[in-house]
Amino acid sequence: MKFERYGIGIAKGMALTFRHLFRSPITIQYPDEKLVTSRRIRGNELVWFPEKCTGCATCAKSCPQGNIVISTHRGEGSKFEVDIFEIDSGRCIFCGLCVESCPYDALAMGLSYECAKYRRGDLILSKEKLAVSANHQPSAYYRPQFEDKLPKQSLLLYNQAEGGQKLKFLPLSKRKRGSGA
Amino acid sequence: MTLLEQFQLLLKNANWPDWAVYLTPAIAGILLILVFVLTIIIVFIWWERRLLGRFQLRTGPNRCGPEGIFQPIATAIKILLKEDIVPDKADKLLHFVAPIIVFVPILMLFAVIPVGEGAILVDLNIGIIYIIAISSISVIGIFMASWASNNKYSLIAGMRAIAQMVSYELPVVLSIVGVALVAGSFSMLKIVEAQGIPYILQQPLGFIIFFLGALAEMNRSPFDLLEADSEIVAGYHIEYSGMKFAMFYLGEYGIVLAYAGIMATLFLGGWQGPLLPPIVWFLIKVVIIFSFIIWMRATLPRLRVDQLMSFAWKFLLPMAVINLVIIAVEVLVLPLSMQWLIIILNFGFAAALILLWSKLFTLGGGRVEV
Ligand code: SF4
Ligand code: SF4
Repeated sequence: MKFERYGIGIAKGMALTFRHLFRSPITIQYPDEKLVTSRRIRGNELVWFPEKCTGCATCAKSCPQGNIVISTHRGEGSKFEVDIFEIDSGRCIFCGLCVESCPYDALAMGLSYECAKYRRGDLILSKEKLAVSANHQPSAYYRPQFEDKLPKQSLLLYNQAEGGQKLKFLPLSKRKRGSGA
Repeated sequence: MTLLEQFQLLLKNANWPDWAVYLTPAIAGILLILVFVLTIIIVFIWWERRLLGRFQLRTGPNRCGPEGIFQPIATAIKILLKEDIVPDKADKLLHFVAPIIVFVPILMLFAVIPVGEGAILVDLNIGIIYIIAISSISVIGIFMASWASNNKYSLIAGMRAIAQMVSYELPVVLSIVGVALVAGSFSMLKIVEAQGIPYILQQPLGFIIFFLGALAEMNRSPFDLLEADSEIVAGYHIEYSGMKFAMFYLGEYGIVLAYAGIMATLFLGGWQGPLLPPIVWFLIKVVIIFSFIIWMRATLPRLRVDQLMSFAWKFLLPMAVINLVIIAVEVLVLPLSMQWLIIILNFGFAAALILLWSKLFTLGGGRVEV
């Protein structure tokens, strides 16, 4: 006796949703729990290393947005001193071309993606804001030398370093998908 | 004697004037019901969101207050602060009156739902008939809302509302009559008192019919054709906002609460239960029914209109009639002492009838794909 026409499908579906009750949620409680992003993320900021920068302005030329303001003066010897180095992260499209074009590895994309500000003026990253600090770290985008120090990306995994719990992934069904059709 | 009548007697003995003796308990009772219903609706909204979230592997709202319990209140404030928009070519009067006509009958239903021994506003001796009569008024409000909005989607929803609610009224009423036959009374208190064994065991088929019919009456999934978001946007309340929308929103949950209470009263033994106080038993039963409704919402897709109508007329209605005949014969022939025999018999009948009717009831020659 085949039960396909007697509402057995409804029972199957109800059982399936009931089993969902006992699986852990796959959402992440964002401000409290965060996923570790890709190590090569192009975050919403840039990191600049003043000691490596020669003021050649290659980055400014390669920026499709014309976004990098750089002004220099001749210092001791033939070295340039950088007076102004500003990137407006409100106009930046985070293409990473400036990072790729820098011949001295003096510019890197940032790791952070939480750069919302209340004022437009705050979006302009000055020399001080571009420098490396505790929560302003370079990502390994086009800079493989940073890659080893960064934590591995966690996709749909709670941040275990902060005592989070690991998600369990139960298979939807033991049978092959679509075998009922 | 209900608690309200006792209160009245107390006031009379304290030598209050006649009108005060009559009015004070009435107003107190109405306020009590209003507070009770609104509180439970708020908890229900929270419970539905959380449970639905868990069914869909989410957590549901959990940020506003402990476990997100204040989220419905935040939602209510948000809704109340919204601008009240009336469409240009709308029928202003009907547009204004419709939410009230939807909401008030739902509140009136609670007058005859007993939440404990004597804890009922009025013990009408025709309690069930009152419920049937009052609960059908909402459909007028829904049709008024859909017509007055001057919107094609809401008008479609209104047409569907009439068709759906009128069709499903019949099986619901017929399955209730089965209960009244066995209990020997239309009074809600008497029905609860008559249930030594909950009627869900005695009349499983009646319960299934009543449950499915009530689900359609209160427009819950999978019968939510009136509000089908994916086809007619939001159905009859598409042009409503602000306070008027809040009335519809409350009404939606209010009628679920009312029908869950009616189901608990008619089929699950009402407030009766061991150990715990009656109101707790009543609430437990209501929440179980509500959770089951959410479970169905999380699982089942919406029916098509033709499927909806044929389900009512070809499946539920004949089953309800047969169920009624079976119950009537049993009441006539079998003595009351043979409760267990009746239960076994009725479960057998239910299984046999559902199997038989599913065989007859196939759409498109039984092919699932079109
Ligand atoms: S990331 Fe692209 S847009 Fe932004 S500053 Fe660099 S080159 Fe310009
Ligand atoms: S390309 Fe590199 S080195 Fe040249 S100015 Fe830009 S950041 Fe400095």
